[in-house]
Amino acid sequence: MEISLSGGIIIAIGGTLPALAVGLIGAKAMEAIGRNPDAQGKILPAMLLAMAFAEAIAIYSLILAFIK
Amino acid sequence: MSAGFAPETIINIGSFPITNTILNTLFVDAVIIGGVFYLNKRIKKIPGFFQNITEMLIQTFYDITETISGSNAKKIFPFFMSFFIFILIANWSGLIPGNGAIGLKGKEGGHLIPIFRNATSDLNVTLALALISVFATHVLSLKAIGLKDYLSRFFSFNPINLFVGILEIISEITKIISLSFRLFGNIFAGEIVLITIGSLFAFIFPLPFIALEIIVGLVQALVFSMLTMVFMTILMTPHHQEAHA
Repeated sequence: MEISLSGGIIIAIGGTLPALAVGLIGAKAMEAIGRNPDAQGKILPAMLLAMAFAEAIAIYSLILAFIK
Repeated sequence: MSAGFAPETIINIGSFPITNTILNTLFVDAVIIGGVFYLNKRIKKIPGFFQNITEMLIQTFYDITETISGSNAKKIFPFFMSFFIFILIANWSGLIPGNGAIGLKGKEGGHLIPIFRNATSDLNVTLALALISVFATHVLSLKAIGLKDYLSRFFSFNPINLFVGILEIISEITKIISLSFRLFGNIFAGEIVLITIGSLFAFIFPLPFIALEIIVGLVQALVFSMLTMVFMTILMTPHHQEAHA
């Protein structure tokens, strides 16, 4: 199993900001649920959708890391 | 050892290569069509277990579609449900024991070629699904709002709207790329993780990763179909009405 340095750098840099974005989305969703616990059924699917969008960017850089 | 990006060819029919992901797609089709025929013979007024679950699933998703798209729900719902069921069963079929492990001995250096391989871990499959989704969105939009409204979204004489129109054209292409790569990347990365963990430890340690793969398969199927539904809803409302909504 050969070690690829460029692949590691690609996923390290490309995964930082999406991780931050997913965390912020989760934090805001938690805040919203805390203010209004009855709206949980509406907030949760929207939060999952937004997280999938944000995570897609990290997936793009993961594909490039696999190629290198 | 790791699986490559491209699926491996098992046999050739004439000059058409049958890859292991095609075999898995046929298996998923057989499961879905078999389930439909089985259910069709046994529809009763007081539903049994299988019929109950199917009705609950379809009812829940139809309510979600009606909440988001309102009056167009009848046209959008078949696409939403078909994409969801196909991608869900295709993702989960990659976790059946034996999938990716039973195979033929390969020619290049004795590397194992599996007979079945997870269908959505093939970029061809996800690209085809994304193209179908975007194409169906545009055809439905044409049929719903007519040619003039459809073209006025993309081309216009007002310079600001012209710029927005060009951005809309670019965003359509980005939709295809992002839909296909999101599904492909998640499932392919999951496959690599399972292969790596399986080659290190055989027994207790792969369990959390398999559970993660079950969740990821469900979430990705949901995301793909909900995005399709949302894009269809957006493109089926006329342009000037959308600006006021």
